[in-house]
Amino acid sequence: MSDFMKVSSNPHIRSKTGTSGIMLCVVIALLPAAGFGIYNFGAGALVTILVTVASAVLTEYLFEKICKKKVTIGDYSAVVTGLLLALNLPVSAPWWIGVVGSVFAILVVKMLFGGLGQNFMNPALGARCFLLISFTSIMTNFDCDAYTGATPLANLKSGADVNILDMVIGRTAGTIGETSMIAIVIGACFLILMGVIDLRIPGSYIVSFVIFISIFGGHGLDWAYISAHLAGGGLMLGAFFMATDYVTRPITKNGQYLFGILLGVLTGIFRLFGPSAEGVSYAIILGNLLVPLIEKITLPKAFGKGGEKA
Amino acid sequence: MNRAGERLVNGIIKENPTFVLTLGMCPTLAVTTSAINGLGMGLTTMVVLALSNVFISLLRHVIPDKVRIPAFIVIIASFVTVAQLLLQGFIPFLYDALGIYIPLIVVNCIILGRAEAYAYKNPVIPSLFDGIGMGLGFSVALTCIGAVRELLGAGEIFGIHVMPESYVPVSIFIMAPGAFFVLAMLTAIQNKVKISGERKGKDMSKIQSGCSSDCMNCEDAGCAHRLYDDRADSRAAQKRKVQEITIEEIKEEDDNG
Repeated sequence: MSDFMKVSSNPHIRSKTGTSGIMLCVVIALLPAAGFGIYNFGAGALVTILVTVASAVLTEYLFEKICKKKVTIGDYSAVVTGLLLALNLPVSAPWWIGVVGSVFAILVVKMLFGGLGQNFMNPALGARCFLLISFTSIMTNFDCDAYTGATPLANLKSGADVNILDMVIGRTAGTIGETSMIAIVIGACFLILMGVIDLRIPGSYIVSFVIFISIFGGHGLDWAYISAHLAGGGLMLGAFFMATDYVTRPITKNGQYLFGILLGVLTGIFRLFGPSAEGVSYAIILGNLLVPLIEKITLPKAFGKGGEKA
Repeated sequence: MNRAGERLVNGIIKENPTFVLTLGMCPTLAVTTSAINGLGMGLTTMVVLALSNVFISLLRHVIPDKVRIPAFIVIIASFVTVAQLLLQGFIPFLYDALGIYIPLIVVNCIILGRAEAYAYKNPVIPSLFDGIGMGLGFSVALTCIGAVRELLGAGEIFGIHVMPESYVPVSIFIMAPGAFFVLAMLTAIQNKVKISGERKGKDMSKIQSGCSSDCMNCEDAGCAHRLYDDRADSRAAQKRKVQEITIEEIKEEDDNG
C-alpha cells in the first residue's frame, strides 16, 4: 500500500529499452539490405562494410579515450552510423573511402558537436555528402563485376527504359545497400513491428514525393514511372532508416508529418530539376537543418493556454 | 618604440583578427583557396589598414564625432582604390584571383574596427604599428588557412606539388565548406595553445582589446554589444576630454624622450 501511495515526479511510465537496444534493432533491420548487397556485389561489399563499421567504432573509441570521456561505443550508435554509411557507398570505392567517411561522420558531425543526441545532422549522410563532394568521380562510379553502366535512376532521368522488377528485387547497379527495395522494406517492417520507428515520417515522405513527381514529373499518374522512382536510388533506405533517426528528426507529431512532406518535395525537386539523378541525401540533410524551426512552429500548446488570441 | 612592438605582438598573436577576434570572415572564407591568394589578400589588407590607421589617427582631432564612420570610409576607400589599381597594374594574376574581394576591403570590419577602436583614439606611430600588426596577423592567418586548404584540396603548397602521387585530393577543401572546416580546426589549435600556455603561467591575456566589458564607462558609442544607457554619451564625451589631455601628456613625454 505504501508503495502504491508513493508520490514521485514524472516520468511515470518507464521502459526498459535503452539506446543500445534500439540501435541493435536498427542494425538487425539493416542486415537484409547489407546481406543482399553482399550477395549482389560480391565479397568486395563485405570488405567495405567491415572496414567502414570498424573505423567508425574505432574513431569513437579513440576520440573518447584521447578526450578522457566516457567510452560510449557500447550503445552501437557508431555501428549503425558505419553500417549506414557503408550501405551508401558504391562497391567500387577503395577501402580508404569508408575510413575517411567514417572518421568524418563520427569525429566532425557527431563527436565535435557533443556526441550522440547532440549532432544536428545524420552523421552517415553528412559523411556521404562530404565524400560525394570531395571524391565525385569515385562516389558516382557504379561499375563493378556484376554491373556496368548507369544506375536505374540515371537511366530514368535520361529517358531510357528501366526494368522495374529488377529494381524492386535489387539486381541493378547502385550503392551497396540501396538497390533492393524488398530487403529494405523487410528491415523497415521489423523496425515498425518492434516499435522503433513509426510510419509518420516515411509515410508522409513517400506520399508527398509521389504527389510531387506525378504533378511535375511530366508523366502524370503513370504508375510505372512512379514505382521506378520509388524503387530506384536511396529513397527507401533514406525514408525508413535515415529520416527517422531519433536525433535529427522533429519530436512533435505534426512536425514529423511536416518534415516528411518537406523531404518528399525536396527529393522531388532534386531528382527532377537538379543536375544529378539522386537527391535523397541532400534532401534529408537540408531537412535536418530545418528541424529546430519545424519544432518551433509545431510545438503543441499546453492545456489551457492559447484560448484567447492576444 | 616599446609600445610599437607591443602593438605588433598584439595584432599577430594575442588579438589575431581572424583566430581571436573572428573579424573579416568574408575574405577569410572566400579567397583562401590557395596559400598565395591568402597571402596576397592579407598583404593588400595590411597596406590599406596601416595607411588608413595613420591618416585616421592624424585626422582624429579634425573629424567630427557624429560623422566619423563616413569619414573613415572615405579614407579607407581611397586607399583601397589605390591598392586595387596597383594590383591590377603590377600583379594581374592576383588581381584576377581575388576579384571582387579587393574592392570589398573597404567594408572589411578589421579595418573599420581598428579605426574605431584604436586609430581614432591614439597617436600616429602606435596606430601605424597597430595597423601593421593587425595586418600581419590577418596575413599569417589567411596564409595558414590557404596553405592547409591547398595542401588537402590540391596536394600543393604555393603551387608546388608536395603530396605523394597516390594522394587523392579532397576537393571539398578548396570549396566553400572546406574554409569553415580549416578555420575551425586552426582556431581550435590556437585556443588549445593558449589554454595550455595559461596553465603554465604565461601571460596570454589580451593587451588592449578595445573592450573592457565595462559598458558603463566605455567611450565606444558604436559598439554592438553596448548596453543601452542614456547618460553614456555625455559620460563618453567627458571621458574623451580626459583622454585627449592624457594623449597630449603622452605626446609631450614622447617629445621629451
